[in-house]
Amino acid sequence: MKVLVTVKRVIDPYVKVRVKSDGTGVETANVKMAMNPFCEIAVEQAVRMKEAGVVTEIVAVSIGAPQCQETLRTAMAMGADRGILVETGTVDMQPLAVAKLVKAIIDKEQPKLVIMGKQAIDDDSNQAGQMVSALLGWPQSAFTSAIAVNGDSADVTREIDGGLEKLTIKLPAVVTTDLRLNEPRYVTLPNIMKAKKKPLEVLKPEALGVDITPRLKTLKVEEPPKRSAGVKVADVAELVAKLRNEARVI
Amino acid sequence: MSVLVIAEHDGKQLKPGTTNTVTAAAKIGGDITMLVVGHKCAEAAQVAAKIAGVKKVLLADAPQYAGSGAENMAALVLTIAGDYGHILAPATGFGKNFMPRLAALLDAQQISDISAVVSADTFVRPIYAGNVMATVQSADKVKVITVRATGFDAAAEGGSAAVENLAAGPDTGLSRFIGQELSKSDRPELTAARIIVSGGRGMGSGENFKILEALADKLGAAVGASRAAVDSGFVPNDYQVGQTGKIVAPELYIAIGISGAIQHLAGMKDSKVIIAINKDPEAPIFAVADYWLVDDLFKAVPELTQQL
Ligand SMILES: Cc1cc2nc3c(=O)[nH]c(=O)nc-3n(C[C@H](O)[C@H](O)[C@H](O)COP(=O)(O)OP(=O)(O)OC[C@H]3O[C@@H](n4cnc5c(N)ncnc54)[C@H](O)[C@@H]3O)c2cc1C
Ligand SMILES: Nc1ncnc2c1ncn2[C@@H]1O[C@H](COP(=O)(O)O)[C@@H](O)[C@H]1O
Repeated sequence: MKVLVTVKRVIDPYVKVRVKSDGTGVETANVKMAMNPFCEIAVEQAVRMKEAGVVTEIVAVSIGAPQCQETLRTAMAMGADRGILVETGTVDMQPLAVAKLVKAIIDKEQPKLVIMGKQAIDDDSNQAGQMVSALLGWPQSAFTSAIAVNGDSADVTREIDGGLEKLTIKLPAVVTTDLRLNEPRYVTLPNIMKAKKKPLEVLKPEALGVDITPRLKTLKVEEPPKRSAGVKVADVAELVAKLRNEARVI
Repeated sequence: MSVLVIAEHDGKQLKPGTTNTVTAAAKIGGDITMLVVGHKCAEAAQVAAKIAGVKKVLLADAPQYAGSGAENMAALVLTIAGDYGHILAPATGFGKNFMPRLAALLDAQQISDISAVVSADTFVRPIYAGNVMATVQSADKVKVITVRATGFDAAAEGGSAAVENLAAGPDTGLSRFIGQELSKSDRPELTAARIIVSGGRGMGSGENFKILEALADKLGAAVGASRAAVDSGFVPNDYQVGQTGKIVAPELYIAIGISGAIQHLAGMKDSKVIIAINKDPEAPIFAVADYWLVDDLFKAVPELTQQL
């Protein structure tokens, strides 16, 4: 079966982001970029399923600036067979527009399973996967920590607030990944070289017939208020005294 | 225009977060209708009817709503969405699951995890793990919104809304609910607790969490954890606090053996008072702590439990 995975290019999760001085966005010039961690988990899952003989082809999709080609190459170095970039330039891509583009590609590619990250760690929206599945009228499994395909359905385990939930969903379906689905592999140099030769198609949103005009207007961005500096206590007795007499929370 | 608030509940009680969502709805303005969906959940609808500010409660009670099935949930809300200008749910595992599905069906760009209401179309929401706050304005006809509970006070009791039955929506049959494994605990729920004691990789093992639980019991606190502690198998996944876990803001948060990665801070830095105990004097958690102790947790935590 064919699997489609989505990979977003984001600021590296361990970089401290800075707000631009004019409050219009965050500084991205000369900032280290990376594949969204949840998308790495999505690619890893697809590759493991291919290694297990369940999956025959993996198509990776990224949406954004031309540099997303690098993210697609990383996905291919991990084991994806080919890549599709929808070049949207500098437009602020919001989850609904992303979902419409992904749906348009799914209509062409006809995968049996779509694996997406549960959340992009830049906009923290946690929407696109659920939206893709809604637009297709497919079942969804959001925040998935285990998946086993059985013919025309899949048994999935989802992380919910009180613990875990198990579902059986019909295929085709959209699954979004949670952290504990797997631990992504590191890419090796030979695989990076191999990935350079894999096919990478570039499309424009117009070719897919999707209007990507943002629905949300960002009026401003700012840093949250800073906490005032705390104090170091010498020992447990001082800590207890501070809690009782100063903070008065116990 | 009216505001629809979708309740999260366990069949009998509302889950923490729902009443905070009512407060967010009240800030938007307009009549508030609460929708209670589930199987055998009439009791929860009665509780919802008593929340101050709620004008009407709609109850959709049918077997297809056992479990959290996003497909049927979104299909149901869609049948009444036309009556509302805003549809709100808590930004918990519950709301995050079906609300984007509903938004897509309404061709609306959901506004996730709002922490403040500026006006009926403008909201503040954290991005980049809470390191940046964005003020966004929506042009959509119906605004689909999930609400960060820590940004709003809980609405009080004192209402007396009428409860009306709502016919079940279509059963999409797309997914079958097999079951849930809920971790059982006598301690307060993380998102509702006044005090939280959280442990990280520094705890070393699940067995060692006992010393932290003893402290929690002394304080009547909930127990939380970092992702590293969860991934190491010390505690279940629903203990995780952070960007991808639960967002909490208790009166007192005690971080023990947690380094303070930005993804962890994202989930707890709005707590009123933060204490950190860590043996590393350079631990980044100290930057957000009100009081910090550089010490071995295996010595300091039992001492703290004893002195309280
Ligand atoms: C996309 C993404 C999402 C993430 N989401 C989350 C999230 O939601 N929540 C989260 O927590 N993390 C999250 N993380 C992981 C995060 O980056 C850190 O890896 C994690 O928080 C580290 O957990 P920790 O502080 O317990 O472990 P460590 O960083 O290993 O810190 C352990 C600490 O314990 C101290 N220690 C050790 N022994 C003792 C002792 N005997 N006495 C006292 N102190 C001791 C050490 O000095 C150290 O500071 C996420 C990461 C990514 C990439
Ligand atoms: N621009 C994009 N390109 C590729 N995938 C994306 C893009 N935006 C979102 N996604 C996918 O959708 C998931 C959820 O994103 P979000 O709804 O923005 O939090 C991500 O983890 C990605 O897998």
